[in-house]
Amino acid sequence: MSRAGSVITGVGLHPFGRFGDMTAAVMGAMAVDAALADAGRPHFTAAFCGTAYGGVAAGHRVLGELALTGGPIIDVEAGCASGGAALQLGAMAIASGDHDCVLVFGIEKMPKGVIRSSFFAPWQEVAGLTPAPATFALRALRFMERTGVTEADLAALVVKNRAAGVHNPDAMFRAEVTAEAVLASRRVCDPLRLWMLCSPNEGAAAVVLQRADLVADRRAVDVAAVAVRSHVPGDVLGEDSPLSGYEDPDRLPPSRVAATEAYEGAGVGPGDLDVVECQDTDAARELLVWEELGLCPPGGQPAILADGAFGPGGRLPVNPSGGLLSKGEPLGASALGQVVEVVRQLRGEAGPRQVGDGGRGPQVGLAHVIGRGANACVTILCRRKTMVQ
Amino acid sequence: MELPDRVLTTGPDGPRLVGGYSATSGRHHFPARSRCPWSGALDVQVVELPPSGVVRWATTVTAAPPGYHGPVPYGLGVVRLDEVDVEAGGLDVLARLPADIVGGAAVALATVALPAGDVGELVTWEFR
Repeated sequence: MSRAGSVITGVGLHPFGRFGDMTAAVMGAMAVDAALADAGRPHFTAAFCGTAYGGVAAGHRVLGELALTGGPIIDVEAGCASGGAALQLGAMAIASGDHDCVLVFGIEKMPKGVIRSSFFAPWQEVAGLTPAPATFALRALRFMERTGVTEADLAALVVKNRAAGVHNPDAMFRAEVTAEAVLASRRVCDPLRLWMLCSPNEGAAAVVLQRADLVADRRAVDVAAVAVRSHVPGDVLGEDSPLSGYEDPDRLPPSRVAATEAYEGAGVGPGDLDVVECQDTDAARELLVWEELGLCPPGGQPAILADGAFGPGGRLPVNPSGGLLSKGEPLGASALGQVVEVVRQLRGEAGPRQVGDGGRGPQVGLAHVIGRGANACVTILCRRKTMVQ
Repeated sequence: MELPDRVLTTGPDGPRLVGGYSATSGRHHFPARSRCPWSGALDVQVVELPPSGVVRWATTVTAAPPGYHGPVPYGLGVVRLDEVDVEAGGLDVLARLPADIVGGAAVALATVALPAGDVGELVTWEFR
């Protein structure tokens, strides 16, 4: 896990959605330019680009749009956690002492339809063993069997996130939905209906990292911890997509391990969080993440959904951006899109989505992603000079 | 198109999944690999796995995923194989299933021929 020592001084985002012929490089350049402007255009000496489908030299194409090549540009692939892994490398570059300012960005222009991944051999595709929604559905069934969560609870989660997305101009879907409409949407893979699944799409996000001790700007946000973890083998429904597996109650999921590492590194616990952005590729995934991040006990999800504790205006807003269910998911940009949201929340710049606690404003935020690999990334950000001792 | 070696075999007793067993991990895996995926050890013995089990979780795929040319809908799920690693918690395998099958159903291994686009067909496994 990377050591502390960096702050985020600038953030930028290209909206998530579908943008015709606009290339990922152009979207990335827009996000990067916005982040650099937000930071006062400091000179950066390295760049890290998170992307899963961007291809060779994806980061170079982005910075080439801006005539900002010349330094090291490192592409980072870690599935849905590509941007988070890029952020960790950026923070490590600063912690090493070799760099005082680095640029971290994520880009993606997802093909339409069910995600196709080079992870699988052609024969696995022909055999029908690869559809991501089916794997999500099987995990959801296992989770529901263990916790008692119902399809109605999945629909309630979608209602929560879509309500939040109404206030996010960068989201793809900005209309509220009812639980009835969610449950009536097209059956994809039981128990998952269409509106319980996020939509792969396009977008970009960028942040500027600088050495904390060289920055006096109070708008800067401390990178308290970035933890990336892969899986322990054996879970037949793990993000490493094996063809066999076994049960082991002692095997911890990578999200839980990454969260533990991040909490320890930041010196905070789940009870210190004021805002969370987490993976909601499907409705059941977010509910499972609540446990993995230590936000609720197993089976506690229905009560939390009922009392709105994690909804807009609740005691701990989770996915105030609307989550992937509202934004869609451009893989390489997803993690950094969460970081941009958390930074804006901590700065008090989130407009109608602003999380507040009656005056003090949010002090500690967490961003979480989990994706194929497996790759789990947990990032903890703090308002400056508010680290919990 | 053909499955890779050490995935599926068909003999006088019918089809069998080809797995591996490692004494280092004390567990089986599927399909058979040169190293045990649970321990990384090289002591893998290639074995035929039991051709029956119980469905643990199953869903129905309603749209053809990328690279798939076969019929939809079809089932996909997790099958707990009979009599494998029982004391260690059992061995689960990912498998095609009949559409709309539910958890708890007893199933048996079978083969199915699926169209493989421009490269003919693929004979693979499923449980019914």
